[in-house]
Amino acid sequence: METAIEVRDLVVKRGRRTVLDGFSCVIPRGSVTGLLGPSGSGKTTLMRAIVGVQVVASGEVTVLGHPAGSAPLRRSIGYVTQAPSVYADLTVGENARYFASLHRLGAAEAEAAVDAVGLASHRDQLVADLSGGQRSRASLACAIVGRPEVLILDEPTVGQDPVLRDELWDHFRRLAAEGATVLVSSHVMDEANRCDRLLLIREGALIADDTPAAVKREAGTDDLDQAFLRLIRRQGVAA
Amino acid sequence: MILLSTVRRILTQLRHDPRTIAMIIVVPTLLITLIYFMYDGQPAVFDRIALTMLGVFPFIVMFLITSIAMLRERTTGTLERLFTTPVGKLDLLFGYGIAFGLAAAAQAAVAAGFAYWALGMDTAGSIGLVILIAVANAVLGVALGLLCSAFARTEFQAVQFMPVVAAPQLLLCGLFVPREDMAGWLQAISGVLPLSYSVEALTEVGAHAEATGIMWRDLTVVVGAVVVALILGAVTLRRRTA
Ligand SMILES: Nc1ncnc2c1ncn2[C@@H]1O[C@H](COP(=O)(O)OP(=O)(O)O)[C@@H](O)[C@H]1O
Ligand SMILES: [Mg+2]
Repeated sequence: METAIEVRDLVVKRGRRTVLDGFSCVIPRGSVTGLLGPSGSGKTTLMRAIVGVQVVASGEVTVLGHPAGSAPLRRSIGYVTQAPSVYADLTVGENARYFASLHRLGAAEAEAAVDAVGLASHRDQLVADLSGGQRSRASLACAIVGRPEVLILDEPTVGQDPVLRDELWDHFRRLAAEGATVLVSSHVMDEANRCDRLLLIREGALIADDTPAAVKREAGTDDLDQAFLRLIRRQGVAA
Repeated sequence: MILLSTVRRILTQLRHDPRTIAMIIVVPTLLITLIYFMYDGQPAVFDRIALTMLGVFPFIVMFLITSIAMLRERTTGTLERLFTTPVGKLDLLFGYGIAFGLAAAAQAAVAAGFAYWALGMDTAGSIGLVILIAVANAVLGVALGLLCSAFARTEFQAVQFMPVVAAPQLLLCGLFVPREDMAGWLQAISGVLPLSYSVEALTEVGAHAEATGIMWRDLTVVVGAVVVALILGAVTLRRRTA
């Protein structure tokens, strides 16, 4: 199993809080990894460190063999921020075309990305006039348009209707099958079953790093919510 | 090329915003018309004030538009995302400079053309030089706007920079009181404000048929101020934030 992302002893301080304190994990290439944890547990902070926009106090983050945020990675990474980061005063298509152009790609690729997130019928609509879920899909389109080898998605399925959510997960699975490494954060446990691997995180600490089946086996329950709870309790006892 | 597509993206954003286009193109022309009627029968005074205003409007308008546009890049997360792509800081800085510089050229051409041909404004020098200085001023506004956006958290705060940055320059640029009649310390302050140089350059165009050495020196000072503001602006653009 080839490594796509390696995080070693990562320490991140935000304001006066130490959000991540010696965090380590390894994410394999060509997989969908779910980063799960309650709100405020440090998911966004970890993702920002992986894409290289977070000031880190110490530790190492390596992506595809390069230090996180280094210039060669900027062609191979796609990042969807938690709040949709697209230009509200551009149409969906114009946004996709701009982000495509940053990867030297043209209108055809932009069009394909918009289709892939199910916004074909909203292509010429201003992002400002979209619903919240549509806006985050527009944001997703701008991340996948460059055909990135590593795709970092911060809660991309929040506020999507169930059918669309299913389609988006199918799409993530397809990208991984084609060799991309996908890291998806969520605070909804029922999405975890669609991942190859899970990283369970709580208050900046890694609670579990395994396949969904192994996590459930380890905790002795078929319900991931329950499994998460048990693993936390067990760690609390151990500590 | 990333710089070109960034210019195109910024101009497309502008195109979707007719009100801002109106502010850029129509408002300066209206204000100069207002000045024309205020100084009815005093063509020499109108010439002097209108000429100065042709330099001041692009500065103010572009400062305002740029500081808000850049603040939006910072607060909506697009800047953070751009920094995970091959976009360079210079692509962004020059992207804004070129896009709004082009808008300013259109603005200056319309306002100056209207002032000369409809309102009978008269200068010894050519309209081309007036437009050139106006565009330099606009780019100065863009550069300072990019810089100031780093110190605002909300659009409300960004707008508050306008009187802070623009008003002292307007008061001390020599329009209201000739610079040589000011108290020494005011002259000293005026001497470090870039707008003073662009107003002096415009005055030179007003008085001389050919471009003068003073005009070129002043224009060089303005361009130098643009470069300094862009470098400082680049420093405020951080790939990594806390
Ligand atoms: N800009 C910031 N400044 C200071 N603290 C922050 C900032 N952003 C997030 N935090 C804190 O860092 C912790 C982790 O936040 P985050 O990574 O956003 O969690 P999650 O994405 O899991 O909800 C939280 O306690 C949050 O309050
Ligand atoms: Mg988050």
